Amino acid sequence: MRPLTLRRLLLQCFALLVILFVVVVIAIKFGAVPVSLYALGRDLWNVLLHQRSNISSDYVLIIQNIRLPRILLGIMVGASLSVAGTSFQALLRNPLADPYVLGVSSGAGLGAILALIVEPRVTLSPVFAALLTPLGAFLGAAATVTVVYLLGRREGQIDSTTLLLGGVITASFISAIIMFLMSTLTGNLRGLSFWLMGDLSTPLQKSVYWFLGIGFVFASGAIYTTASDLNLLLAGEKEAMHLGVDVPRVRLVVYIAASLLTGLAVSVSGAIGYVGLIVPHVMRLIFGSDHRTLLPTAAIGGAIAVVFADTLARTVVAPNELAVGAVTAVVGAPLFIYLLRRRLA
Amino acid sequence: MSPGSSHARHLAEAGRLANEIRLSVEQVSYAYSANPAQAPLFTLEATSFQARPGEIVAILGPNASGKSTLLKLIAGALAPLSGRILLNGFVTHSLTPRTRAQRIAVVQQESRLLFPARAWEFVLQGRHAHGRSLRFESEDDVLIAKNALAQVGAADLSDRWMDQISGGEKQRVILARALAQQPLLLLLDEPTLHLDIAAQIGLLDALRRLAAANRYTVVVVTHELNLAAEYADQVVLMQRGRCLRVGPPINIYQRELLEQVFQTPLTVELGSSGRPRVTVLAGTET
Repeated sequence: MRPLTLRRLLLQCFALLVILFVVVVIAIKFGAVPVSLYALGRDLWNVLLHQRSNISSDYVLIIQNIRLPRILLGIMVGASLSVAGTSFQALLRNPLADPYVLGVSSGAGLGAILALIVEPRVTLSPVFAALLTPLGAFLGAAATVTVVYLLGRREGQIDSTTLLLGGVITASFISAIIMFLMSTLTGNLRGLSFWLMGDLSTPLQKSVYWFLGIGFVFASGAIYTTASDLNLLLAGEKEAMHLGVDVPRVRLVVYIAASLLTGLAVSVSGAIGYVGLIVPHVMRLIFGSDHRTLLPTAAIGGAIAVVFADTLARTVVAPNELAVGAVTAVVGAPLFIYLLRRRLA
Repeated sequence: MSPGSSHARHLAEAGRLANEIRLSVEQVSYAYSANPAQAPLFTLEATSFQARPGEIVAILGPNASGKSTLLKLIAGALAPLSGRILLNGFVTHSLTPRTRAQRIAVVQQESRLLFPARAWEFVLQGRHAHGRSLRFESEDDVLIAKNALAQVGAADLSDRWMDQISGGEKQRVILARALAQQPLLLLLDEPTLHLDIAAQIGLLDALRRLAAANRYTVVVVTHELNLAAEYADQVVLMQRGRCLRVGPPINIYQRELLEQVFQTPLTVELGSSGRPRVTVLAGTET
């Protein structure tokens, strides 16, 4: 018997954080304008010493204003999507659940676009106006989960194939509405590829990063309090109840928090697919399926995956850019098919 | 009142309860309908019985007789339409899931696993209700889980994967998880289904030994007439949602009664153990 200890959990997270650090350094170094590691180290040193005059203008322009915010965004979006994916997999008892595959990301996108349309037409205080898009995305995500859940239910049980099919159809239906809205609208809306494929290149206001960070800590913290309940929920709701899990409460907490994470991520980065599917699977293979380990490792793993995918998206066809969602889909879609076939076998 | 005297009173109470009724099913009924406006599809008529610590009660009856419904009611998973079920004086349905899981363990027909788990991980799940929601298992938990595995003779299975052990071994690990809950009441829904004869006997022997040693009250739903006769202290005989008889096997196992309930010709004789034995007469016309 080797029950999980806090020490082992922290060691695992630390190992992943080291990998994340390496990926972040790679992401800072590579791009349309390459930066040498020596120059990077020298500039960083000067930043630490507060010697502003010695910091190169390249550093300020490229690293501080462009790459670092984008990396930070990638970390938060990746962690959010990955934790949301892990939660949906436990909640729906389906290892193939993922915000993108289930259409939840599309729903969040639609909610965000509707909020953007409504925003200029109503007068709100600036603080609340900034929250309108993430709120719309959250409501869109929550509504889509409900619809897909109801579609996937047959005779009181969730049928996993019907659930996935319901998700895919819902996603394509919502995408059609998004395309329709985009073609009738002109003005200050982000491009179609942003909402359908996901993109981290749009610069954001500083307050949005704070909002994202606090939202992530709050929502994933709420999910983490149910980590050992989720372990039991995987065996079935009845069994979990007999083992002492307050099933309706856990379901509600995870449902709201996972929808919130998806909504937050989609409102700033569009629909980046398959992160919530690939990352939890890899982490399960490495660390096992205990959610007390899986949730934090999936969060860090998601950050690593999205920062890395975005670095590829920026560099592969430089000076042009790919949508980061295209990169994750190229890896994720074949993996999804593989997992689906193995399950049906 | 000082804490000391309250503790002494508690001990006296516990001693008194040991020989008294632990589980009391009082005029419990239930109705199930898919649509509240329609007539119920299934009803369980008022049922009563009582059980003491260390006793094994078998709920016996053909398919759709209401056995599993009665078990769910006792487990507190369903609310009775009328009547009440008391465990040490508490209504089982009103307890929180956590408290309920500390006092009642349920072994279901099968446990499905979405992701692979080792036997020891599975048994540790039984400790869930005894800890806070977010915590790491203590040394006590590990010790209790190890003991539970040893008590069902499955200590050697500890590190095996749940999807790579036989049906009989799996059933013993599931029983170990229930023991790790340290319950007062152990409920089993057809635990011998899918098991071969040797595994059936092994499981029920373990159950009788554990009921005596740990003072569990055991309620088991089963189709197996002879196993129930051999191992149960009390039998609750059910048919189409009605509780026909409650009593020791010797009083319940009467040929006409069983023939009528199970719709098949059979004979009842007294076995060498002093308990009734049923032989189903296959191939004869009624």
